[in-house]
Amino acid sequence: MPHIHPETELHNPQSTKPPLDPHLKALENEAIHIFREVAAEFERPVMLYSIGKDSSVLLHLARKAFYPGRVPFPLLHVDTGWKFREMIAFRDEMVEKYDLDLVAHTNPRGAAENVTPFSHGSALYTDIMKTEALRQALDAGQYDAAFGGARRDEEASRAKERIYSFRTPDHRWDPRNQRPELWNVYNGMIRKGESVRAFPLSNWTEVDIWRYIQAEEIPIVPLYFAKKRPIVERDGMMILAEDPRLELLPGEAKREEVIRFRTLGCFPLTGAIRSNATTLDDIISELETATVSERQGRAIDRDQAGSMEKKKREGYF
Amino acid sequence: MTAPALANAALDETAVALPSQEPARVARDSRPLRLITCGSVDDGKSTLIGRLLWDTKAVKEDQAASLQRDSKGKQNDLGLPDFALLLDGLQAEREQGITIDVAYRYFSTDKRSFIVADTPGHEQYTRNMATGASTADLAVLLVDARVGLLEQTRRHATIATLMGIKQFVLAVNKIDLTDYDRSRFEQISHEFKELALSLGVRQVTAIPVSALKGENVVYDGRASMPWYEGPTLIEVLELATTRSAQTVGFRLPVQRVSRPGESFRGYQGTVAGGSVKPGDSVVILPSGMVANVTKIVTFDLVRNAAVAGDAITLVLDRQVDVSRGDMIAAIDSQPMTGLAFDAQLVALQAEGIQPGKRYWLKSGSRRQRVQVQPISQLDLKSGKWNHADELPMNAIGKVHLAFDEQAIFDAYEQNRTTGAFILIDPDTNNTVAGGMITAKRAAIGGIHTEDSRVILSLPADLADQLMATEIFANRREDAEVRRVTAAKAIEIVDAIDE
Repeated sequence: MPHIHPETELHNPQSTKPPLDPHLKALENEAIHIFREVAAEFERPVMLYSIGKDSSVLLHLARKAFYPGRVPFPLLHVDTGWKFREMIAFRDEMVEKYDLDLVAHTNPRGAAENVTPFSHGSALYTDIMKTEALRQALDAGQYDAAFGGARRDEEASRAKERIYSFRTPDHRWDPRNQRPELWNVYNGMIRKGESVRAFPLSNWTEVDIWRYIQAEEIPIVPLYFAKKRPIVERDGMMILAEDPRLELLPGEAKREEVIRFRTLGCFPLTGAIRSNATTLDDIISELETATVSERQGRAIDRDQAGSMEKKKREGYF
Repeated sequence: MTAPALANAALDETAVALPSQEPARVARDSRPLRLITCGSVDDGKSTLIGRLLWDTKAVKEDQAASLQRDSKGKQNDLGLPDFALLLDGLQAEREQGITIDVAYRYFSTDKRSFIVADTPGHEQYTRNMATGASTADLAVLLVDARVGLLEQTRRHATIATLMGIKQFVLAVNKIDLTDYDRSRFEQISHEFKELALSLGVRQVTAIPVSALKGENVVYDGRASMPWYEGPTLIEVLELATTRSAQTVGFRLPVQRVSRPGESFRGYQGTVAGGSVKPGDSVVILPSGMVANVTKIVTFDLVRNAAVAGDAITLVLDRQVDVSRGDMIAAIDSQPMTGLAFDAQLVALQAEGIQPGKRYWLKSGSRRQRVQVQPISQLDLKSGKWNHADELPMNAIGKVHLAFDEQAIFDAYEQNRTTGAFILIDPDTNNTVAGGMITAKRAAIGGIHTEDSRVILSLPADLADQLMATEIFANRREDAEVRRVTAAKAIEIVDAIDE
């Protein structure tokens, strides 16, 4: 057999992108493999779409995996009603541009009982508007597999999560009783009512995500780039102050700062960082010299030791 | 001059001679290296991995701060946080102080990125090690310099070898506690090289290490061990090879058929061996139909070749019946197809592996029913294979697989993807074994019934020795053994001659 160099590729004339480096290529191949396997093995898959950078990468990989067909499952967005406005605009733009099926779900209790991050505190608010809302949406859609963008490097309790992560009919995760996962052979056998969360980005790190976004020219929410924005400081976090529902507490004052976000969630619970990174290059070099992890700006992780594991056991993504 | 001022002065001097250094921007020219670490808590495994993460800056300040908060000031004597806390991610483990499962860690250098499968050293180690080793390119075995090789070192090396790992690093840890004793290190590394050779492993590097002090892990330990001139652990990892299945025949296990419209029909999957290009002739298994490749489709490139590891969509030149679970393979280098295979497997669950039970077997994208007949079990202490009718949890055994429908495999030695499988218990849906194909068997009741047979009458001790050999154990099922008195044996043999 003649020797064939792996990079002998004919470029699509419309594409100006150079081929991916072998590191990103390996991660991409693995993710596409997982997407195809889940789509083939399960009856009703869905993709959790949080609009953040990891979701953007996940969506891009899904489009690649099923090309030239369209993405063969809907995207599910659990909308707490407290997302950044730019996130919702971006979401709708993506759905339109890529011809996607979107299911957006908000827990009706939110409106009925007026559950807000301010009135109920971050822990209870997250429990109702995210965890409970997600369970409602998964039950309503009768989804037997849900793709998520979680990465093992994010948080200690994620380091042991499988790529196919088994859930009981009430969406619980039992970390002590996970199925062994060998090679890239995934066990997708479940009973009725049970489900699997599938994590194609398990082996990616935060730097990989950014380098891939850059290499693949993937659109992301502009909040990731530094810009002068109105903020207010609260509990040691800089919160974006553009939503009229954000009421200033005594002693608080709005001011403008050049900031950006490393992760995106609900705006009252997501802290900004001071940064001048206005391009992907800037973000990547900032990251390579960063001394704190990306979840540092997340209020919900700091509630208690093991807080993420607890949320996950209860069904949080 | 204070220490920082000294360092600055040194920097100033070199700054004149060297061009300003580029920030560590990484276009990585290799795939991530996957490795497994084996050793027990006592050997300092958590400290070693913690040290790797710490010195490659994979741990960020807030993670270290939450470590220190959680450990309530527990620190080691160098003022570093308790690394075990960083690694033991699950609350249950933190409470019980044990590591109970496989965890994956990520770190990188300018040259390469690494994925570490971190497995517990004691309880259920076979099951967890097998899981971690299944994807690993290299194994780091850890020993305490004061203690030397242990029985568990042999076990770890045996399991890693069985799972197909061919590169080993022996980290002789706590060398500082031997006063950096060179002869001690050389003695341990010599013993290990002999052990590795007995397992058929040739790529072995032994390194004297102090994980606690960070010597010969990421930074060299020359100041304490001027006698050691070899590489640091990270240098060995940076240069290690990732496994590749590019030299064998082309294999594409079909995951799904893509039919977005009447005009397009493509077969999607990840190339599991060899390479393919338009014009190649391929065979579809198990049907045996033949076709030619017309196009390799990916999202943004029309490729003129694809190699092992690539996730592709293949278009063929004619209408053939291909569905999920089929394999598209090189016509001149086909995998084995058949109804009976020999395999080795690791039993992963408390129920063990029951003889005659019908399991689901999944290999690549193919899932089918299989009956499993245990033949022998490996005694990890002696390295011998003993006869076994069933395999308890954590056992490594040789088995016969019998299928209802054609199965498609390569030997694991040749291809770690198409030679690997898992067994799923249809009653629980749990993964109960990981397995590796060793060979195809002639159909049960096939040629052996037509062939002539030999009756041997041997002294019992000689028979026992023969039956303990691998050749015999592999075909235990083909042999009939009866233990009789010498007088009875003479009687039987005489009866044949009559």
